[in-house]
Amino acid sequence: MSRIASVFARASHTALIPYITVGYPNVETTLKAVPLFASNGCDIIELGIPFSDPLADGATIQRASYEALRQGVTPKACFEVAQELRRRVEIPLVFMTYYNPVLKFGLEQFCSKCAEVGIDGLIIPDLPPEEGQELEKSTRRHGLDLIYLLSPASTEERIKLVAGKSSGFIYLVSLTGVTGARDKLPQELEGFVARVRKRTEKPLCVGFGVSTPEQARRVARVADGVIVGSRIIQLLDGDKLLENACSFVKCLREALS
Amino acid sequence: MKKDKQLPDSHGYFEQFGGRFVPETLMPVLDELEAAYAEAKRDSSFWAEFDSLSCNYSGRPTPLYFAERLTRHCGGAQIFLKREDLLHTGAHKINNALGQGLLARRMKKQRIIAETGAGQHGVATATICAKLGLDCVVYMGEEDVQRQALNVFRMKLLNAEVRPVSSGTRTLKDAINEAIRDWVTNVENTYYLLGSVVGPHPYPVMVRDFQSIIGKETREQILAQCSRLPDYIIACVGGGSNAMGIFHPFVNDKKVKFIGVEAAGKGIRTGKHAASLVAGTVGVLHGTKSYVLQDDAGQILGTHSISAGLDYPGVGPEHSYYKKTGRATYVAVDDKEAMKAFQLLCQTEGIIPALEPAHAISYAAKMAGSMNKEQIIVVNLSGHGDKDMDIVVKALGVKL
Repeated sequence: MSRIASVFARASHTALIPYITVGYPNVETTLKAVPLFASNGCDIIELGIPFSDPLADGATIQRASYEALRQGVTPKACFEVAQELRRRVEIPLVFMTYYNPVLKFGLEQFCSKCAEVGIDGLIIPDLPPEEGQELEKSTRRHGLDLIYLLSPASTEERIKLVAGKSSGFIYLVSLTGVTGARDKLPQELEGFVARVRKRTEKPLCVGFGVSTPEQARRVARVADGVIVGSRIIQLLDGDKLLENACSFVKCLREALS
Repeated sequence: MKKDKQLPDSHGYFEQFGGRFVPETLMPVLDELEAAYAEAKRDSSFWAEFDSLSCNYSGRPTPLYFAERLTRHCGGAQIFLKREDLLHTGAHKINNALGQGLLARRMKKQRIIAETGAGQHGVATATICAKLGLDCVVYMGEEDVQRQALNVFRMKLLNAEVRPVSSGTRTLKDAINEAIRDWVTNVENTYYLLGSVVGPHPYPVMVRDFQSIIGKETREQILAQCSRLPDYIIACVGGGSNAMGIFHPFVNDKKVKFIGVEAAGKGIRTGKHAASLVAGTVGVLHGTKSYVLQDDAGQILGTHSISAGLDYPGVGPEHSYYKKTGRATYVAVDDKEAMKAFQLLCQTEGIIPALEPAHAISYAAKMAGSMNKEQIIVVNLSGHGDKDMDIVVKALGVKL
């Protein structure tokens, strides 16, 4: 069983999956934050490799990516960070990035390097399954999960397609839009999750817009995992950033239990 | 080479270039767009309206003009200019804006979004939206908003909302990112009117189809005037819509050679240019696999050109395919050469070209001298230079 699969094998446990951009506000913070998140009840960590043109991201993650890039955070640097983190934590680590940096690195080399440093899976929001066949060959060869996304706009046919191809879990985008903290999640969320649930037994994790413990609790009633990104990045902005981010993660964990 | 009519394939690929690299939310919308366009394409009433408005509103057909004094000045091949600069709004961009505007109305999408660099596509889109009674939002990099204040005002006069984009390099590529983000958020009621032969399938083929009216007319006109086809067709390439528009109807005329002219900016070696085909590598940007300007880590690079319309780090996938198969040759002309050609055309022909096609004029003038007088070059004069007056004044160091 893959590390990611074993997270979802635990009965009546909702996975908590924070996202952070590698190198935001600096690499040192990433190296400290991930172990703290792990010891405070997070189950999987999404590590964002910054890209110059993050078209699925809202203002918060755009800014974090831009800052990280300014500091010279390359995919190579992200592999070094991941390798270091793998020494410090047991939980699954997943890279989230856009297709171009992966393509430029070389699909096979990228996946081989992921396996070598202990990365467990990939999330690539601008890579639908129609375009993923090449990458799938390499992720399979190196035992990585390639996690595809579904959106409330996805048709029944597309739900079937993505459910068939996604491995590890399926990333359900809660709303039609970009990443970013929202006051409210859409009313149709439960219906959307149910629509996907009918078609697959794979774990379903919900992200985009989830930014409060109340929202996380609502998601947890129907989904197998909750992904929180922009709100955590916002907390990494101020003073006492690790403390704040950590207590937020703790609140989320409590909300889920 | 295969007959191009078979391309793109059903997945939107021109061999290895093209495709659909977009967030899941847009996949159903692109399917819907592809189906709606396929249906419109078969509907003769759609084309009847397109042709009628092209003629009576945009001002088609545009002349194919023999540039006699320019030809004499260069002392070689005969140079003809396809006068897209004479169209309503001053550039070829109106062809595509009209076609997609009619399609959006047919799809019952009331809200139109678009990106713009220099403002030509933004103005064309705002114009068509005003004409068709559609709502219009144009995304424009903050830097371009400042550089092109007059075009911003034009769009506002036409009732469009211009939204400055402050992310990334604050230019065209970021305006496209922001337009895509808007589209992802408002898919239900919004039509994205993309301005070039770039982006995810079906945009490259759809924009090509709407722009290929340029090449179809050119073919008829050159046969009528010279009783033969040209030896060369030369056009500038940013995203590549005016070039694809004039090239494509000649694609099976193997003796007609295509030359695409990119912006060498301050020189290819300085890194300050926008020559994706000449100096780029294969990557994925804005939903399509094509040549892009990127660094070793796959980050998209900033670009430079005196001409804002060529200032883009990617290019249409079909051009990448033409490069790969050798159907077209791509070269680059720098800011200074383009400025010289700009002045040359003003002085020899009394035509003020946009800075974009000034790049094509420059290359054509250079080539013509080494060719014989029987040979024919057609240059796509894709736009008028009125929009560039501020930049030209600055470049020439003139005080008004």
